[in-house]
Amino acid sequence: MLDLILSIYEIPVINILVKIIVILVPLLLTVAYFTYAERKIIGYMQVRIGPNRVGPRGWLQPIADAMKLMFKEIIFPSGANKVLFTIAPTLAIATALAAWAVVPFGSQMVLADLNVALLYILAMTSIGVYGVILAGWSSNSKYAIMSTLRTAAQVVSYEIAMGFALVGVVMAARSLNIGEIVEGQSGSIWGWYMWPLLPLFVIYFISGVAETNRAPFDVAEGESEIVAGFHVEYSGILFAIFFLAEYANMILISIMAALLFMGGWLSPFEGVSFLGLGSSFLAASSIVWLLAKTAIFMFLFLWFRATFPRYRYDQIMRLGWKVFIPVTIVWIYVIGIMYYMQIAPWFVKG
Amino acid sequence: METFVFYVFSAFIVLSALMVITVNNPVKAAFFLVLTFFSSAAIWLLLEAEFLAIILVIVYVGAVMVLFLFVVMMLDINMAQIKKGFVNNLPLAVAVAIAMFVTIFFVVGGDSFSASIFTIPDPHAADYSNVAELGKVLYTDYFYAFEIAAVILLVGIIAAISLTLRRRPNTRHQNIEEQVAVNSKDRLRVMKIEAQERK
Repeated sequence: MLDLILSIYEIPVINILVKIIVILVPLLLTVAYFTYAERKIIGYMQVRIGPNRVGPRGWLQPIADAMKLMFKEIIFPSGANKVLFTIAPTLAIATALAAWAVVPFGSQMVLADLNVALLYILAMTSIGVYGVILAGWSSNSKYAIMSTLRTAAQVVSYEIAMGFALVGVVMAARSLNIGEIVEGQSGSIWGWYMWPLLPLFVIYFISGVAETNRAPFDVAEGESEIVAGFHVEYSGILFAIFFLAEYANMILISIMAALLFMGGWLSPFEGVSFLGLGSSFLAASSIVWLLAKTAIFMFLFLWFRATFPRYRYDQIMRLGWKVFIPVTIVWIYVIGIMYYMQIAPWFVKG
Repeated sequence: METFVFYVFSAFIVLSALMVITVNNPVKAAFFLVLTFFSSAAIWLLLEAEFLAIILVIVYVGAVMVLFLFVVMMLDINMAQIKKGFVNNLPLAVAVAIAMFVTIFFVVGGDSFSASIFTIPDPHAADYSNVAELGKVLYTDYFYAFEIAAVILLVGIIAAISLTLRRRPNTRHQNIEEQVAVNSKDRLRVMKIEAQERK
């Protein structure tokens, strides 16, 4: 019996499908409980309790939400383009999930080990904006189209800053392969790229928040001005899919920040001589470290939302174009100088 | 398998390119152009030019076409108005098209694209990196061309900015520096008021 299962697993298509399921099912579960965590955490930050009625301590709330959205009617607005109206959320979720194909979870745990993985993720997030554009345009609604214009401008602007921040990482690691970028940070906690690339690290994460249209950059769904933004006309499962894509993108940005700047699956106790920690089990690289680091960034997303008021639109544009892009360009030069001076432990020619 | 993928994406390119020029709605035309770019990127992937393919997606699909759509969505294009002269101008358009096709055909010709010239390239080893190869060629053999292209782009940026930069002294606008430099003391005064007896 076991032999039979193993031999089926050897078939390439089956093998890849199994890997996809192994990545996607935990991802979608994380998305579901991320929404629950968001409501709970923001609730406690605002001295409320949050959802606590469905199941023990409200643990079944995300499942109840999903069921409700699945069984609700999908309403097509009059004058809407039905084909594009349904393609839009599909495009959003497809790109959000496709990006996970190249995300490594350990030194050998990756579905597609691309040489241009970093660019692939950038490409997928930039295609993701078409979901928003299509949704806004096909809805035949003024609020939706306003939101679409805002989002398109915002995402294109912050993509530049984000791209330049990634150029810094690529310069430091001399590779576009995410696995090699992580291995380049090994040695000790001081080998992580967040130290020499601190400004780029900050800019990457803030641009990531802007790219996913999350607070304080969520003018795409500014409730006070444009009701709910590009998905104002969406209901039922189509709306749920947009929701899913947004949260999958947030987790993607978090895991990328952990991989590129905080050493991914490398342990923070690596190379520590104090109390023999460096030789204990804590110093071993493991997926647990990666997930813990990712959780920190996921928490930051929620913390931002509970803390900061929404940016004004011109301030968002100014921050992207006049602050972030110049800082990243300057820092690329700084990295060049650091290379020239062979600053250890990051910029020593191996 | 590769041949099959090639034909699928080639069909996508040809069909979507046709749709770009035949479809009525300009926004839909722009979306079909996106599909054309995307399918071309897939063809480039088949040639093991993964760096160029993904750059094509990032630059054209991710940035250029988004801005293009941005403009097209805001324009109020009346297709009936534009199509009014279609039948009248058709003979001239056909003549120009035939002339263009003939000249291109004689310059480029069908022979330049025969399968004997472009044989299927040998697949590279697994550790071959398209990015590294491209970087080496770009920064050595084609260094001057690369620099000139960069300067031309820079000129383009400056020209575009200077075209759109209009100073309108009479408009009221916010002074960002002052806004950023403001602190709570400038905006908020905490007063101490003596308690008053209820009347």
